[in-house]
Amino acid sequence: MSTLEIKDLHVSVTTEDGPKEILKGVTLTIGDGETHAIMGPNGSGKSTLAYSVAGHPKYQVTGGTVLLDGVDVLEMSVDERARAGLFLAMQYPVEVPGVSVTNFLRTAKTAIDGEAPKLRTWVKDVNKSLADLDLDPSFAQRSVNEGFSGGEKKRHEIAQLELLDPKIAILDETDSGLDIDALKVVSEGVNRYRAREGKGVLLITHYTRILRYIQPDRVHVFVAGRVAESGGPELADELEANGYERFLTATV
Amino acid sequence: MTVTDAARESVEASLEQGHLSFSHLNPPPSYDLADHPLPTGREEIWRFTPIKRLRGMLEGEPSATQLTWDSTLPDGVTLTQVSAEEARAAGELAPNDRPAALAAEHAAHTVLLDVPADLELDDEHPVVLRLHGESVDDLVYGRLVVRVGRHAKATIAIVHTGSARYVATTTVVVGDGAQVNVVSLQDWADDAVHLGRDAIRVGRDAHVRHTSVSFGGDVVRMHANVEYDAPGGAAELLGLYFADAGQHLEHRLFADHNQPRTKSNVLYKGALQGDKAHTVWIGNVLIRKIAEGIETYEENRNLVLTDGCHADSVPNLEIETGEIEGAGHASATARFDDEQLFYLRTRGISDKEAKRLVLHGFFQDLIRKIGVPSLEAKLTETVEDELAKNVFRGVETEQ
Repeated sequence: MSTLEIKDLHVSVTTEDGPKEILKGVTLTIGDGETHAIMGPNGSGKSTLAYSVAGHPKYQVTGGTVLLDGVDVLEMSVDERARAGLFLAMQYPVEVPGVSVTNFLRTAKTAIDGEAPKLRTWVKDVNKSLADLDLDPSFAQRSVNEGFSGGEKKRHEIAQLELLDPKIAILDETDSGLDIDALKVVSEGVNRYRAREGKGVLLITHYTRILRYIQPDRVHVFVAGRVAESGGPELADELEANGYERFLTATV
Repeated sequence: MTVTDAARESVEASLEQGHLSFSHLNPPPSYDLADHPLPTGREEIWRFTPIKRLRGMLEGEPSATQLTWDSTLPDGVTLTQVSAEEARAAGELAPNDRPAALAAEHAAHTVLLDVPADLELDDEHPVVLRLHGESVDDLVYGRLVVRVGRHAKATIAIVHTGSARYVATTTVVVGDGAQVNVVSLQDWADDAVHLGRDAIRVGRDAHVRHTSVSFGGDVVRMHANVEYDAPGGAAELLGLYFADAGQHLEHRLFADHNQPRTKSNVLYKGALQGDKAHTVWIGNVLIRKIAEGIETYEENRNLVLTDGCHADSVPNLEIETGEIEGAGHASATARFDDEQLFYLRTRGISDKEAKRLVLHGFFQDLIRKIGVPSLEAKLTETVEDELAKNVFRGVETEQ
């Protein structure tokens, strides 16, 4: 079982004009096995939420709590959070020249599990995971994210999700920049992960398109650094039809 | 942190300066010691070097002491002592700085390594020259000419270990159509001082790759110079260095495009850690008026691991003709990239392991280009050892 509870989270960044508050009290709970979609216009703080929960040093938490199965995540370092079961699929995965995908995956798996994976099953798992995401086996020998197309980067993120098997996955605009075929492949990967026992997903997106493939249990509309409204999947349909207009005018 | 990638601007700037007769960073070569006076340290070509730490090596005191040589010579390759005249006849390139002139003047023996024409050596069986010194009290002059005949193919590794005050000149004469891979490894003990010059002349349509790897030594100052005998030659100059506390590692490159349609590609990567670790990289490319249709790129990347280190990185481009395929340079000195580390750490990898991985990748990128599988494996191992031994002493306590 895994639950992620975010309570009244306030987050600031340092700017030339001093600290600027981006998240102004975010509260939401992803219950056991649930998928939540966070939707909102650009600049509403969606990605800040993802990076703050993952522990990016650029974001200073000035208030609130984040609990993973009751344990305070904010007290942990970035890698401790990952080892505790959090995973962040990034919108812009970072290049690590000279480090092969295979070396990277094995190092990460070893770190997460606290022991090296059994070689024979691991190689099989990696190959299957790459194949499931329509990635050529030669992909494993390439440097991490270096020279990858936008679609390859996203598929590589989801391959990691399946192999590292976290408790909670935060997917930050995983759908951006994907064509329809790649979107299907990536969504299938996320759905295979969701089918496992008790896995939580926080799906951050600007568009409703990906929600046709990944059905959320809850939808949150994110505006100006907080949740403006929460509802079921029907809320996404309303956004599809009417856009964010209603929420934007409400906050002014 | 500085990042420059200003090839176009430098091309224009150089053209504005008008035609140059020779490179200001590389005075005309000469065997005459009078042409290479004792530097004061203020000269452009000496200003980065800690002359006081050279233990009088530039003064030119004669010495007959030698390094111990242990060589692996594949069939067909010969290593012989020759006279100074024979060395010059074999194509030795005249000294372009004082240490090279001193080495030519004082070397107890001049050695010729001959790879005959058309001999094709397998990559897995390189020529290996292991040069070992006993003590930093020994002043040693070395003079070597490597001659690779036309259409021959060879890999040559020169490995320096132990300690000495070593002043050396090496010439690599690459015959027409030959393919040569030279690796010079400076794996000295902590107190060694090495002033070396590797000068390469590339034949018509020949390809040479020269890799300089510097780990050890108190002061190491290496030149790698390339010039061309005829059109169509290509040179790749690679380098990898790792400076610990107090070490001075200096690499000076010169690609002299004195023939049309020639290529040069320079890539040096270094890491620094510890108080007063100092690295110097001076890249210089001269494109002479005759050298139309050439292509050149030079790049230096430094990774600064701790406070108290200093990396100098100066790319230069001197251009006498604009009728070229391409010319560019890049230089960057930076600390660990926070976004790279963050990405790795979100995958559960500890800060220390993430840094190790990034550094491994930083050098692996270059090691993969060397193109000698057996040496690559050995170098990867050496880099890993160096990382384990030295680098993370500092990083561990930093957190």
